[in-house]
Amino acid sequence: MTTTESPKHTITALVEDKPGVLNRVSSMFRRRGYNIASLAVGHSEIANLSRMTFVVEGDESTVEQVTKNLHKLVDVIKVSDVSIQNCVSRELALVRVRANVQTRSEIMQIVDIFRANIVDVAPDSLMIEVTGDEDKVDSLQNLLRSFGVLEVMRTGTIAMDRGLGDEQTDKDNSSSTHRMESGL
Amino acid sequence: MQLTGGQMVCESLIREGVEVIFGIPGGAILPLYQTLPEYPKLRHILTRHEQGASHAADGYARATGRPGVAFATSGPGATNLVTGITTAFMDSVPMVIVTGQVGRSAIGSDAFQETDITGITLPITKHNYLVMTAEEIPAVINEAFHIASTGRPGPVLVDIPKDVFEEMGEFEYPEKMDLPGYKPTVHGHPNQIRKAAKLIEESERPVILAGHGVIISKAYDELMELAEKAQIPVVTTFLGIGSFPDDHFLSVGMPGMHGAAYASLAIDQADLLIALGMRFDDRITGDTSKFAVNSKKIHIDIDPSEIGKNIPVDVPIVGDLKLVLKVLNERVKPTTRVDWVQHVEDLKRDHPLMHERDTDELLPQHIIQQLSELTDGRAIIVTGVGQHQMWAAQHYTFKEQCSLISSGGAGTMGFEVPAAMGAQVGRPDKVVWSIAGDGGFQMTMSELATLAENKIPVKFAIMNNGFLGMVRQWQQIFYEKSYVATGYSRNPDFVKLADAFGIYGARVTEKSQVKSAILKAMEHDGPALIDFVVEQEENVYPMIPSATSVASMIEEPKPEEIRQ
Ligand SMILES: Cc1ncc(C[n+]2csc(CCOP(=O)(O)OP(=O)(O)O)c2C)c(N)n1
Ligand SMILES: [Mg+2]
Repeated sequence: MTTTESPKHTITALVEDKPGVLNRVSSMFRRRGYNIASLAVGHSEIANLSRMTFVVEGDESTVEQVTKNLHKLVDVIKVSDVSIQNCVSRELALVRVRANVQTRSEIMQIVDIFRANIVDVAPDSLMIEVTGDEDKVDSLQNLLRSFGVLEVMRTGTIAMDRGLGDEQTDKDNSSSTHRMESGL
Repeated sequence: MQLTGGQMVCESLIREGVEVIFGIPGGAILPLYQTLPEYPKLRHILTRHEQGASHAADGYARATGRPGVAFATSGPGATNLVTGITTAFMDSVPMVIVTGQVGRSAIGSDAFQETDITGITLPITKHNYLVMTAEEIPAVINEAFHIASTGRPGPVLVDIPKDVFEEMGEFEYPEKMDLPGYKPTVHGHPNQIRKAAKLIEESERPVILAGHGVIISKAYDELMELAEKAQIPVVTTFLGIGSFPDDHFLSVGMPGMHGAAYASLAIDQADLLIALGMRFDDRITGDTSKFAVNSKKIHIDIDPSEIGKNIPVDVPIVGDLKLVLKVLNERVKPTTRVDWVQHVEDLKRDHPLMHERDTDELLPQHIIQQLSELTDGRAIIVTGVGQHQMWAAQHYTFKEQCSLISSGGAGTMGFEVPAAMGAQVGRPDKVVWSIAGDGGFQMTMSELATLAENKIPVKFAIMNNGFLGMVRQWQQIFYEKSYVATGYSRNPDFVKLADAFGIYGARVTEKSQVKSAILKAMEHDGPALIDFVVEQEENVYPMIPSATSVASMIEEPKPEEIRQ
């Protein structure tokens, strides 16, 4: 939320859905000292392939190295730096917030403004589900703080570019290699 | 064809052209070992330590350009390989390692001799596998060799549970591979190559920095053509030694921390650096902000992640050096650069590697020069790590392709014994000399038994200074001669050791004995060792202290300064 943080980049990777792949990827990040702000993994549209979304902190050259080192992993098939494109990014969060008869309606108003949902009601708390980009989830969390946030669960960002995806850096495509080179 | 997993491993290795395996058996890998007699084409060399097996496979691979193969059992057998795997990984050496693992049902239970070797070697292998069914074996071994030996080479480990070696399955060797995530870029981008040719044409003071990649890609002729056609002096990195003949008039030797002053100065004064298959290691660059600041840079490497990692580059080209240089050479115009080439010659004259020293002392530099002369610069030289390694790089005149085998990136002491063994097994036609440190030699000297047993005729020149010499030198220069834990007050009698191992041994204490001792060792039919009892506190010069620049270089003191 502060402006002094290093810039964030969103990178997605299409990877083989094999045991140990997450370990290979996270081991590479750890070994090279790259900072992952968030990581989300799930199935892709292709059987036996998963897609990972990383939010990485660092300057251009760090992100360039992250991309190249991801490429080097045998189980990684395709890497895209989606933050340099026009992309849609979303995160899902569940927030349990303290609520009583006095505060419940105020919380519900905030939830409405954020187009979030109340998914569970307990005598002294509410569970809220919110979807949006990281900033939106952060803002809602901040607004709820004064009521008493009891628990937060966030999925980490997933992202997809809006275009046709031809900006992706495909390993077997030499023009993409050139794109990486000229980006240096 | 129905085979056991163990038989499948052997069949696959034979299909990959493997001739030699270095290793040690144990419980988990026993079912594989017990099938070896059915495959007489596979020669197994029993080492005395798994570290020895891994360095031997490494030395074999460096000497032949083909992947080296090592076997070890689970647990401690596998972990003993780790230093050798790291060494190969740091220097991009192709290796395929097969380890036994505990049975499938025992994995994860902390069973006897269970260790997570795929986890342990994750950051030090190019790729690794845990094979859970016998039928996967052919495809995995096929992929392992492909990954190890293509692109930027490296070690690949294949971990196989004991019961998978015993399991029967249908053996079918795959005709093609399914590796959608592994497609190294080999052809350089034509536009980038055009830009490189233009920079070369515009340059007045170009220098080529030739690295290990030239040797790996076998781009010797292409490098020679580029250098000669465009009249460009060639500096070789430590592992690039043997990519360009030392006795060529355009050869400028090795730069960096202990490189020749003239090589470091040539880089500093150049207006264009053409970096070929090298990675701007800190031993070359020192302080990167002061490195080669007067030059533009062309960087050609097969590994995109090496480009722009340490040094910003003007023209990056990703591709296989041999293929890229072929295209580049067509575009480069024949040029003469009389002034620049002459200037580099003057640098060589004004900053000699060593001042003529009129002394009877037994100096390691002198021994290596003699070795160079007596082998006509055509032996394969294997070294350990330390002072003797730097002197070997400086004072041996390497005239042949791929003739220095040494641990560069990892700097692994103890490499000198087993790696020399592997190199000799791979190149029985060559004379192999191991220039060894007394420290490193003692780390792996148990492999002398393997040498004797298999009649592998490696010759050892132990530079016995009674010290962990390189560390002692740092203590002398940076810690006011406080020699903490670097002196050996009682080294073993290496000649008696040679005798005990059943190999030829001799000791040299006088300068006058050097030549005849070397000749005798070479005449001896079999492994031989010379214990050279050298000056104890000799230093390697020049020296650029780490993280500084060529401006801070300490050149060799004049003889009169040394004496006091
Ligand atoms: C396995 C290992 N341990 C420690 C070191 C640190 N080290 C670098 S050079 C050196 C001294 C090597 O001594 P020796 O083999 O006798 O060679 P010398 O420098 O005396 O020629 C040491 C201890 C190393 N490179 N490798
Ligand atoms: Mg020593």
